[in-house]
Amino acid sequence: MSQLALAKLKEAFPREVLATSDYRGDETATIAREHVKAVCRFLRDDPDLQFDLPVDLTCVDYLGEEPRFEVVYHLYSTTKRHRIRLKARVPEDDPALDSVADVWPGFNWSEREAYDMYGVRFVGHPDLRRILLYPEFVGHPLRKDYPKEGRQPLVRREDPPQ
Amino acid sequence: MAKEFFAGKLADVINWGRKFSLFQYPFVTACCAMEYMATMGPRYDLARFGAEIPRFSPRQADFIMIVGTVTERQAPILKRVYEQLAEPKWVVAFGVCASSGGFYQNYAAVPGIDQIIPVDVYIPGCPPRPEQVLDGLIMLQDLVQRGQGLSYERLRREHEKIKALKAARA
Ligand code: SF4
Repeated sequence: MSQLALAKLKEAFPREVLATSDYRGDETATIAREHVKAVCRFLRDDPDLQFDLPVDLTCVDYLGEEPRFEVVYHLYSTTKRHRIRLKARVPEDDPALDSVADVWPGFNWSEREAYDMYGVRFVGHPDLRRILLYPEFVGHPLRKDYPKEGRQPLVRREDPPQ
Repeated sequence: MAKEFFAGKLADVINWGRKFSLFQYPFVTACCAMEYMATMGPRYDLARFGAEIPRFSPRQADFIMIVGTVTERQAPILKRVYEQLAEPKWVVAFGVCASSGGFYQNYAAVPGIDQIIPVDVYIPGCPPRPEQVLDGLIMLQDLVQRGQGLSYERLRREHEKIKALKAARA
């Protein structure tokens, strides 16, 4: 496995990259949330890296830790055939970070999903609406403090069977 | 007396014909669809029971088969499709997800479609074997032959309401 991506990233962003790990070739970099967009641009445009495929973007809720949320990006390069994972921590009182939907349009819907499920706001997203749930839904169901069976029905019979 | 006898016999004949030419509306939403296809295929062959034609307009169907998980977001659509079915109509819940929500005890899934529309026949299983589906269909045929069903009951209730209103006005 090449450690190239991590090495180049650390070289280009010595202060923005907070931590790295490459357990069994899983290259992971934790970035300060203000710099996510710059780092993503770099990863896409650098001729040695060319991360052109946005594989996945999701969020993790570490309830009880501070900062509480962690947004995770998985990237792949179809020309160089390597992968990298980026992580950025977001605090609960201001769950916002820059959208990368204009870097990779493929992350447009992923960001909407992370917003829908966790309430993380992606600043600069062209159309940040709920994507899976309905607009009437209140709250963000994949947060750990959302009740497991917190249903918010749209229709019900008047006389449901017992 | 004779008139009633023949009207009754006529209803029996109509129900008998209806029973063997049930048009279905498959409301197929999830993995149970695979088992639904197996039931429709040549090996188990739902056509033997005269229910081989899926209609993709509820207005042409006799009964609706909810095959799979129904989410809260989908519930209004299901209700609307059910209301568009022509009377008399029957509802079959195919699989535990449709019957009770199955293992989806969470914010997204409806805990049984009977919370939204009345259900005549429940087919358990995750997914049900095709034999269970055939059994469910035979139960449905029994209901049809006897002229029973929740939509008849609702119609009867509504007739009674209208009668009561008319009587109150007279
Ligand atoms: S009952 Fe089982 S097979 Fe059928 S839709 Fe639910 S989970 Fe899928």
